[in-house]
Amino acid sequence: MKSAVVIFPGSNRERDLCLALKRATGREPMRVWHRETTLPEADLIVLPGGFAYGDYLRCGAMAAHSPIMRAVRSRAERGTPVLGICNGFQILTEAGLLPGALLPNRSLRFTCRDIHMKVENNQTIFTCGYEAGQTIRVPVAHHDGNYTADPETLDRLEGEGRIAFRYCGADEDTNFNGSARAIAGILNASRTVLGLMPHPENATDPDLGGTDGVAFFTGLASALQ
Amino acid sequence: MKARVHVSLKPGVLDPQGKAIGNALASLGFTGIGAVRQGKLIELELSETDPLRARATVEAMCKELLANPVIETYAIDLS
Repeated sequence: MKSAVVIFPGSNRERDLCLALKRATGREPMRVWHRETTLPEADLIVLPGGFAYGDYLRCGAMAAHSPIMRAVRSRAERGTPVLGICNGFQILTEAGLLPGALLPNRSLRFTCRDIHMKVENNQTIFTCGYEAGQTIRVPVAHHDGNYTADPETLDRLEGEGRIAFRYCGADEDTNFNGSARAIAGILNASRTVLGLMPHPENATDPDLGGTDGVAFFTGLASALQ
Repeated sequence: MKARVHVSLKPGVLDPQGKAIGNALASLGFTGIGAVRQGKLIELELSETDPLRARATVEAMCKELLANPVIETYAIDLS
């Protein structure tokens, strides 16, 4: 499986992502600078976390208009899987590739810690490494992860099985950021584009506090091999 | 001419910053405050001199970049 990771000025999770992808696929991902106008042939395109353009105007707003995003959009429309994590999720909503938007966390605080989320739909290339309903522990690191959309859009996402992950847990980390319907990650209509706020790439090594993110990448690798 | 674009959250979209501002004002002793909403103001200098054309251009800017129609509304003042 060949993957391409897009790097914007202010991206900062691309190394972790590349390491997780390389461990799962055996191939070093290609890195693509945001000024490029074409993408290499790839089975997966990834927009990593960070603070593209310093989050100026709105998180992801500037990056969504970067030259490379025209190519990302056209690949996505042709069915190439696209994954956006954290800032990458914000960019995908700003680019209109996923519905809704991400508002500041309800607490108005940057939250950086492990959370629990439930795999709501495991019938996708991104989630097939998990059991349906499985709860996994992965870190979050964001200020603007409070997912919002109008009620009709939320109902459609629910009805079409497009909520991939939902925050869960019995303690205070349940829906810590205030997301509508505790949404942590959503899919596009064809389930080939996923955006999620938590960082599975940062839960792929026991030395770094957890391995619940490993199945995310091994599942992707087996689905796209 | 100059354009001032006011971008604000749509009614119904939760504004935790506005809420925090309201709470801070109340703790300072200000009373009689209802809902507080925070927005942003973007000032643009334009070489265009025709108000109709200027407004159309700024509208297009709002739709493409300055506001996110999912969560925000905007108002344009020209001078």
